[in-house]
Amino acid sequence: MLEIKNLHASVEDKEILKGIDLKVNAGEVHAIMGPNGSGKSTLASVIAGKEDFEVEEGSIVLEGEDLDELAPEERAHKGIFLSFQYPVEIPGVTVTNFIKTAINESRKANGQEEMPANEMLKKIREKSELLEIDRKFLSRSLNEGFSGGEKKRNEIFQMAMMEPKLAILDETDSGLDIDALRIVANGVNKLRNKDNAIIVITHYQRLLDYIVPDFVHVLYNGKIVKSGTKELALELEEKGYDWIKQEATV
Amino acid sequence: MDLKEKLISSFLAFENNVDLDHPVHEVRSEAIKNFENKGFPSKKEEAWKYTSLNNLQKVDFSIFPKEESTLEYKDVKKYFLHEIDTYKIVFVDGVYSSYLSETTHDGVDVCLMSSAFSKPMFRQVIEVYFNKIASKDESLTTLNTAFSKEGAYIYIPKNKMPKKPIQILHLATGNEAALMLQPRNLIVAEDNAEVQIIERHQSLTDNEVFTNSVTEIFAGKDANVDYYKVQNDAPTASLVDNTYISQKDNSVVRVHTFSFGGKLIRNNLNFYQNGERIDSTLKGVTILGDKQHVDHHTLVHHRQPNCESHQDYKGIFGDSSTGVFNGKIIVDKIAQKTDAFQQNNNILLSDRATINSKPQLEIFADDVKCSHGCTIGQLDDDALFYLRSRGIPKKEATALLMYAFANNVLESVRIPELKSRVNKIIANKLGVRIGFDL
Ligand SMILES: Nc1ncnc2c1ncn2[C@@H]1O[C@H](COP(=O)(O)OP(=O)(O)O)[C@@H](O)[C@H]1O
Ligand SMILES: [Mg+2]
Repeated sequence: MLEIKNLHASVEDKEILKGIDLKVNAGEVHAIMGPNGSGKSTLASVIAGKEDFEVEEGSIVLEGEDLDELAPEERAHKGIFLSFQYPVEIPGVTVTNFIKTAINESRKANGQEEMPANEMLKKIREKSELLEIDRKFLSRSLNEGFSGGEKKRNEIFQMAMMEPKLAILDETDSGLDIDALRIVANGVNKLRNKDNAIIVITHYQRLLDYIVPDFVHVLYNGKIVKSGTKELALELEEKGYDWIKQEATV
Repeated sequence: MDLKEKLISSFLAFENNVDLDHPVHEVRSEAIKNFENKGFPSKKEEAWKYTSLNNLQKVDFSIFPKEESTLEYKDVKKYFLHEIDTYKIVFVDGVYSSYLSETTHDGVDVCLMSSAFSKPMFRQVIEVYFNKIASKDESLTTLNTAFSKEGAYIYIPKNKMPKKPIQILHLATGNEAALMLQPRNLIVAEDNAEVQIIERHQSLTDNEVFTNSVTEIFAGKDANVDYYKVQNDAPTASLVDNTYISQKDNSVVRVHTFSFGGKLIRNNLNFYQNGERIDSTLKGVTILGDKQHVDHHTLVHHRQPNCESHQDYKGIFGDSSTGVFNGKIIVDKIAQKTDAFQQNNNILLSDRATINSKPQLEIFADDVKCSHGCTIGQLDDDALFYLRSRGIPKKEATALLMYAFANNVLESVRIPELKSRVNKIIANKLGVRIGFDL
């Protein structure tokens, strides 16, 4: 589904991604771990099309199509979804209006009619129940004054509404207490099927207990320095990143 | 003959049509003398540094409309807030249109200045309030005072509230090649009275219109006044709005100014707090394009202790438009525990657009909370990326952010139909269709 080859990306002439290769097939869950500042969020932003980053080399291909020339919204229309590490507060736009606009813009771009209002309401009800989100919450301004955990839950609510092909969850677990983590992970698992894929960026094994990855990659200093199966995550949990850093510098 | 001379000589003709024995006429005569001395303000004056009236003075304006015009309601319906029932005071080319209006004397007076000047039953109110807070030396205000004859007269007695909001609408038909209008409004809300007013000036053709308006608003103890100014006029219409507000103990007055269109707009909005625990709110949304110019000059004079003022002005400037915000706050020595807040945020959409924003604080009390801030910037890139990553195209995302930017000013609009109307005007201005009201 997604194929990243030799991806180099920089911001303000500073190279942050230094040659990343990653292949994600439909139906798979990939976890990306790694110390702070290694480039995980940058990778997520570059896949989603953030224009601040310059792709110097390499390619990102989604279902056979090179994304290079595509604007962030066009990538979203093709089914890419990024759950932000730091969701942006947008005062004055309610969660409901935002999600309606987002869904209908995507439908429009894909040549579909707007979603009928009753269908939309039903879906909103269904998905907010799935994520145990209070209805009152939906009429508040997007992320404004939300706690860290509420922001993350709201991101996954948006994911549930948009049903993306490829979801990238950037530290969705940070800020969530154990109950919220379970609810959010459960929500994500309900969305999994053989046609979509998920990239989970996290520091902690505990999320991966719920969303079990098929592959685990370690990103360090702009490169994937180690890949393995879910056992690698357990090993990192136990030993930390120092041995990875040492291996990488050797 | 330039405009000043023309106005002064027109005063003689004006005198033929008013009651010279009425005490108000003395006020007018004083005022014309003042204007004769001062003339129009020039750019040399600090307060007029960024707004020039020079071009307007070159236009050969008619001071009095020659013939009466009639308009069909269906042709001007869209300029009314017609979604709800309201009282209406409507002027066509400066002349009262009884046909388009709906006035009342049922417990409250919603009628005309000309009647208030001429009928004995209003004499006392006129004596107590007329020209009592309007400036006696600001030249455009005195010019208006000199020609004061017609406008809206709203009197809400103690503990009363009109059954519905009041609209004041000034229409210009373009019957004259160029027309100058000088409406004079008096609004009195006595103790514990409440009123909601919407004011709009609308020119119907491309002919030049210059309106020099003065409004005096008096809010008694515990009174509650909401005043909404909708400025979305034709590109050949200019407006100088001079509004003076006096508040007594515990009163709440909120003025919202929506400036979306017109050639040149100057708002002189002056609040005088003459009591304690007063709340004064001044909010504005300005969205301009082309070569439009809007200048907001606000004054909040804190004269008594324990009062608050909130100013929140947002501006979005495109093309070669220019904006000015000058917010003056005076806190007298006795006005301890004043809480004065002022915020002016601007977004420039083009590198030809300009904004001059300046707070002017004169604080003589020592125990006060005074905060002010001004920002001039572009849209937040992270917010834009967030919206786009959810599939909202750049243009719509930009519009959505501008909506959101202006939204907290709209939040305090207490007439829902007006709020959605303003939302629609904003959407139009931004050139997008957004499928919902915020
Ligand atoms: N917009 C930016 N401008 C400059 N440097 C940036 C920017 N975004 C990220 N970086 C830098 O890139 C590196 C990787 O950051 P990031 O991708 O956020 O790491 P991670 O998510 O793995 O913690 C860091 O050194 C960070 O300071
Ligand atoms: Mg990160």
